[in-house]
Amino acid sequence: MSISVLAVDDSRTMRDMIALALTPAGFEVELAEDGQHGLEVLDDIAPDVIITDINMPRLDGFGFIDAVRARSDTKSTPILVLTTESSADLKTRAREAGATGWIVKPFAPDKLIRALKMVSG
Amino acid sequence: MSDPMQEIMASFFIECEELHEALLDALQSMADGEHDDETINVAFRAVHSIKGGAGAFGLDDLVGFSHQFETVMDACRSAELSITDDLVQLFLRCGDMLSDLIRCSRDNEPCDTEASQNLIDELAAYAGAETHDEPEIDFQPMTLALDELDNSDDAPGAFDPDNLPDLPPLGDLPPLDTEPSAVGPAVLTVRFAPEPELYESGNEPLYLLRSLADLGDVEVTANLSAPTDIGALATLGKRLSWTARVETDTPPSAIDEIFEFTTGLCELEVSAEKPPTPAEAVGPAETATPDPVQAAVVPSTPGQEPPAAAPSPTKAPAETSGKAPAAAKANNSGSQTVRVDLERIERLVNLVGELVINQAMLSQSIVDEKIPPNSIVSAGLDEFMQLTRNIQESVMMIRAQPVKSLFQRMSRIVREASAAVDKSVKLVSEGENTEIDKTAIERLADPLTHMIRNAVDHGLEPTDVRLAKGKPRQGEIRLAAAHRSGRVIIEVSDDGGGINREKVHSIALSKGLISEDAMLSDSDIDQLLFLPGFSTADKVSSLSGRGVGMDVVKTQITSLGGRVAIESTPGVGTKFTISLPLTLAVLDGMVVTVASETLVVPLNSIVETLSLTEKDLRPVGPDQRVLCVREKFVPVLDLGRELGYRDALSVSKGAIALLIAPEDGALVAMLVDSIEDQRQVVIKGLQESYGRVRGVAAATILGDGKIALILDPSDIAQSLSGLKFEPHLDEAS
Repeated sequence: MSISVLAVDDSRTMRDMIALALTPAGFEVELAEDGQHGLEVLDDIAPDVIITDINMPRLDGFGFIDAVRARSDTKSTPILVLTTESSADLKTRAREAGATGWIVKPFAPDKLIRALKMVSG
Repeated sequence: MSDPMQEIMASFFIECEELHEALLDALQSMADGEHDDETINVAFRAVHSIKGGAGAFGLDDLVGFSHQFETVMDACRSAELSITDDLVQLFLRCGDMLSDLIRCSRDNEPCDTEASQNLIDELAAYAGAETHDEPEIDFQPMTLALDELDNSDDAPGAFDPDNLPDLPPLGDLPPLDTEPSAVGPAVLTVRFAPEPELYESGNEPLYLLRSLADLGDVEVTANLSAPTDIGALATLGKRLSWTARVETDTPPSAIDEIFEFTTGLCELEVSAEKPPTPAEAVGPAETATPDPVQAAVVPSTPGQEPPAAAPSPTKAPAETSGKAPAAAKANNSGSQTVRVDLERIERLVNLVGELVINQAMLSQSIVDEKIPPNSIVSAGLDEFMQLTRNIQESVMMIRAQPVKSLFQRMSRIVREASAAVDKSVKLVSEGENTEIDKTAIERLADPLTHMIRNAVDHGLEPTDVRLAKGKPRQGEIRLAAAHRSGRVIIEVSDDGGGINREKVHSIALSKGLISEDAMLSDSDIDQLLFLPGFSTADKVSSLSGRGVGMDVVKTQITSLGGRVAIESTPGVGTKFTISLPLTLAVLDGMVVTVASETLVVPLNSIVETLSLTEKDLRPVGPDQRVLCVREKFVPVLDLGRELGYRDALSVSKGAIALLIAPEDGALVAMLVDSIEDQRQVVIKGLQESYGRVRGVAAATILGDGKIALILDPSDIAQSLSGLKFEPHLDEAS
């Protein structure tokens, strides 16, 4: 059983990189362009784990995590925050918003994969 | 198949252009006084995304610059720093620098590190002066560990396939399927007691404990002494805990890394029975094979292991095609656009051109076969023609792009030019969403740049002169685009002193461009600016004196099938009007014959057609005639003579005058022998083979397969303006 991942990032480059890192490793990757779009995708699929950026138009990462945690079907889905900043403050905010963990951009593919496996079993 | 990383990188640079455009948009709004959160956010996000992507590709210059840029913008975002005009101007200059850095990174060229560093310093001064001391943002990629726990010395890492094995932090935690690091085996005891919040964060103790098995032999025991009422967990606080005994080669920090996400959500104690000996290098240990976790409450078996660790993605390019469907799916529900290679569109445009020619041939044969106009065939052809026209328009719309990107580049030119000559200049742009052929956008950049530089340098008066005249200190340059009667009109105007006609006239005289006795109207004098080699600058300034005159501007615009006109009012300003055809491939033309030659006159230049006889023409000189049109006299040009087909002016029976309105306004009557047809013709450029031919815009292939020249009536009409006009070939390029 492959792990399904929803990756939410407004940067096409970042989405491409995530898809490139995960798809060959056997992950099923769904992509969304911002938080709002991510929620729409969640209406159709139930991923094993969610990766999200923070700075995004329409609905940012914090708002997106709030919304994901408020849904009954995704309230326990592991969420990894993708961030360029590893400041403790940002991690605290991500944690408070309900994130499971975080990945510092730019990420090494194998590190991302291990983190995903760690939170999704 | 090409390298997927290369593809992503190429796509990153395209994205950079879009982001940069969004950035400039937002900055321009800020310059116009919009300081709302969303505007700043958009600007911040654009820089942030550029930084993110640049980091992934190891573009250090770009990362460093955008990082500092973003830091200051972030301070504005959180209202720690107030947005002043000076700051916005700095942002705009940084936006320009960012564009340079992106281009240099893309083209692999060295960038101006000094200029970039200067801007970084300026930014840093803002950040340092007005924001409280933010913790240095740790831009150490690829670390998963919390800063306080992670003492590794990560190199700034890029997603560089060649360097993947060299990631220092990986030494802390070997990947699932790689050899252990060079540290002696040790036995670590891990006590793990989750807080209730851990369960709410989406973390799962089972997975965490199972991850320990990746480090080496693991023995897990659950501490069941606490009450095991699951329902009471949330209220009773931590009760369940586990102790794991891990025999591993990795240092204890690897444990911290596994439990990184749970920091603050659990009690974690790690103790080593035998301290690791970091410096001691040992060979790969066979004992590293992970065993299933042996534990009462952790039913872990090898079968449940997650999928095998991925090979480095760059080593498996063939498999990466799998990303395409996922990306495509995202696109479906996101923006409704598709990226198409320009080459494919070119091919489509060419095919449509062929289609138009074929259709012309078909209608020609219908005429030749004397098929009646009410026949089914004729009706079918009419529909066919309508469809062809629709297809042609749709295809051209694919190529059309708003002029916005072009105008944005010009705002940079204004900034740089005004700084160079120390004038305060504001660029006002209008009609940014006017669409125009992509090729035209690219090829307009040079002439527009030159015109803008001219306007800043020559058009606008020095500040003291402006103030003395009672004008606002800040000069204004207006850049406007609009669609007008099937053409795109781009205006470049300034509120400067207008053209100094006396000076222009005397320079033209001294350079022998005009004769002493030439009677020139004001507009004729203005036209002199377009003559080759003309320059009014007393001294060649570093700004506009780059050896390019307005004649080059004119040539560049003419090569796009466009025209440029000039309008100047002393003391009020100068306006250049560029008029371009909507499409570069097909035009509506009137097919005429002159001295047995078939020519095409662009329909949109013809105001009126009149049939005439010799009587209608009145002589005004040995060689010159005028035509009386509704009690107004219009100068007459015999196309046959002007183009060298015949020597003397002759008005044949049934001759027709085409009233032409050139850009500078005055009507001209062009005599032709007859009008053949009115139809769409496909433009075939002549410039590449013949250079620029005066009076001729291009050529086309007619329905009967013959080649006909497409005239440039404005150019021909200039022969009447008192300027020297010889229908000769300019030197071929």
